[in-house]
Amino acid sequence: MISLTWIKAPWAVMCKRRGVITKESAAKKVKTNIVKIFGVVALTAGAHTLWGAQVASNFMDGTEIGGEENALLGKAPNVPPPITRKHPAKVIVNLEVKEITKRLADGVEYNFWTFGGDVPGSFIRIREGDLVEFHLNNNQNNKMPHNIDLHAVTGPGGGAAASFTAPGHSSQFSFTASTPGLYVYHCATAPVGMHVGNGMYGLILVEPKEGLPPVDHEYYVMQGEFYTGGKFGEPGLQSFDEDKAIDERPSYVVFNGAVGSLTGNNALTARVGDRIRLFLGNGGPNLSSSFHVIGTIFDTVYPEGGSAATRHVQTTAVPPGGAAIVEFTATVPGDYALVDHSLFRAFNKGAVGTITVSGPENKAVYSGKQSDNVYTGEPITNVPVVVSATPQNQVEVPNLALNLREQYARGRAVYSQTCFVCHQPSGLGVPGQIPPLAKSDVLMGDTAGVIRGVLQGRSGELTVNGKKYNGIMIPFGNLSDQQIADVLTFARNTWGNSDTNALTSAEVQAARKGAPATLATNPFE
Amino acid sequence: MIWNVRKGRAGRTKEVAWRASALLRPGSKALVLLIASAAMPAWAQNQAPAGMALIPAGVYRPLVRDATEPKEVPVKAFYLDRLPVTVGDYLQFVRANPRWQRSQVQRIFADESYLKDWSGDLEPGTNTATDAPVTYVSWFGAKDFARWKGKRLPSVAEWEHAASASSTRPDGENDPAFKHQVLQWYITPNSSLPGVGTRPANFWGVRDLHGLVWEWVLDFNSVMLTGDSRADSGGLERGLFCGAGSQSAKDAADYPAFMRFGFRTSLEANYCIHNLGFRCAKDL
Repeated sequence: MISLTWIKAPWAVMCKRRGVITKESAAKKVKTNIVKIFGVVALTAGAHTLWGAQVASNFMDGTEIGGEENALLGKAPNVPPPITRKHPAKVIVNLEVKEITKRLADGVEYNFWTFGGDVPGSFIRIREGDLVEFHLNNNQNNKMPHNIDLHAVTGPGGGAAASFTAPGHSSQFSFTASTPGLYVYHCATAPVGMHVGNGMYGLILVEPKEGLPPVDHEYYVMQGEFYTGGKFGEPGLQSFDEDKAIDERPSYVVFNGAVGSLTGNNALTARVGDRIRLFLGNGGPNLSSSFHVIGTIFDTVYPEGGSAATRHVQTTAVPPGGAAIVEFTATVPGDYALVDHSLFRAFNKGAVGTITVSGPENKAVYSGKQSDNVYTGEPITNVPVVVSATPQNQVEVPNLALNLREQYARGRAVYSQTCFVCHQPSGLGVPGQIPPLAKSDVLMGDTAGVIRGVLQGRSGELTVNGKKYNGIMIPFGNLSDQQIADVLTFARNTWGNSDTNALTSAEVQAARKGAPATLATNPFE
Repeated sequence: MIWNVRKGRAGRTKEVAWRASALLRPGSKALVLLIASAAMPAWAQNQAPAGMALIPAGVYRPLVRDATEPKEVPVKAFYLDRLPVTVGDYLQFVRANPRWQRSQVQRIFADESYLKDWSGDLEPGTNTATDAPVTYVSWFGAKDFARWKGKRLPSVAEWEHAASASSTRPDGENDPAFKHQVLQWYITPNSSLPGVGTRPANFWGVRDLHGLVWEWVLDFNSVMLTGDSRADSGGLERGLFCGAGSQSAKDAADYPAFMRFGFRTSLEANYCIHNLGFRCAKDL
């Protein structure tokens, strides 16, 4: 509770003299939730205004503007801490537009246009009722004029008309944040799709008066797609491709402005039992996101970034120029993949992130794999059956030398994780759609060709055992050389196939040299 | 013939030659030059002032316009500087016109960034080569420089007409590869400027219209409507934001044109900007 006695505390007097209540001082009094503030640009020092007991009494009713402060800006994936003051204030936002060349993927650079030097732009956190004085600063080295349309603004252009700014200039406009919610902001200068397509978007949170429920982690994740001249992974400096953009054929669909922004060392983290809140945005410019976190169910979603909460959601749609707040609890340790469930974007264009949850296992919630047995395709019934002393479902024993049995077993594991969905446990495929591997002339034919097929995928017409197929097999270059050698050795010695020569990883390596690069990791493993 | 009606007298011959050569053998540059040099009268070549190129008459089709404005704006033949004005050129100007020196200039004619990269009134500074295009100059400064030279700034229509030529053809705006190349420059950030004249000349013998700096034009703020288009709700402002930007455009896919118009619209006459220079034009 903020009161006049609170002003009498020594640190408050100091703050009063400086004319500002800092986030840090306020946080000491009001214990809320724990939020990561690494990367948050603290700008409170240096703000100046004159307010005292008189203003302090005014803000007790929660409507009068009290005090002035500089907004805290968050660099993705971090979010400024919750606002603890109980009254609206005048908040100054300074955002610089920078046109820069940065990493889009390993070995790939792109000419980004940014709000604050990063994609997505700085996360702006203000409180319902705040009077925002917005400064849009266009870096002098930029080539383009820019502006900003904040969806949190009520008024023509959402601020765009008032913020149109030449390079080397700065525009100012003000607005009252009248409606709580999570909003996209973006550049709206023509051609607008190109400005957005080059990375000019971010999120502004207008926190409701009563605040958001406390959580353990808040993160900032924003999807966007990039239309590069080169294909996904094509190395070198890439630039915006107008034709691909107009045709809505992006080479990249990514979270937070680059492939790998939220994976590996950049993965988001949490402990078992933590509540996690994601502020999700979609800059687009064209594609809607089907946002999903593999292996979790959202406790609460605020669709469209609005105030109505929906419970128990698997996948939430985030349209371009839209946002959503999702909350979930980390119950079981492990890696959880953030994906756009339009899966080719996740698998082939970069729309993958990771939340790594650490802590003790909870086998009651999730057991992990309890067993892995051969399944022959015979029907299973719940009715106990009497079997003869001689097992009918004899496990196939390949005609391999003893030292290759191990490789065969490893290959079977790869097959049961990766291949069986299409080619079936029986190896018979799907008639008319997926060619068989069992007694397949193609599989047992040219070894190098078969390896290439696994590495690069296949499409178009293919004749197997005299029957024509015309489907698509996606590339599996993400498997290691040894895994591919193992799984092909397995397949060529199962279901009646026999090839006493095992494949080696060297053969796969040789074939891979001619194959194009593919995603380094399989997000669905 | 149609082009005889549309084009002005001067410079017509070169385009006639280009069209003729296209009939004979499309894309044959050698043939173009052969016919052009044979067909162009000596007076047309000789009349162009030193350092200027003859731009023949033509038609300019504005990217954005309101219903009261014509679809096509005729452009008379004119002369255009082959190169942008350099730092060295501008140094001579401020020597001869002290009121345009950095410490003397009035703020209403040039903002705080005027000649920002110079180290003094008459010292371009170690980072600024004398053959680099002069930038951080205002529209007033550019206009007065042109007057001092006995020239003037080109109009939007003139500039766009001259700049629509690629190095091989007068109608480069119809060549996707040319448009792509221009767009790439707009996209690429640059903090330092190379010297003028290092890129190939366009079809009319003019260099650096694309790929080096933006350029002031005489009527930069009255392209769409008269007066201050930003204050006019029927004009550019409405047209250039968000999806509405395409509604009144002749070609919503002409991104380079959008970007030029967007850039010009962001300007005030006293702005001085890192990537903005100018060149001069002259009547025949």
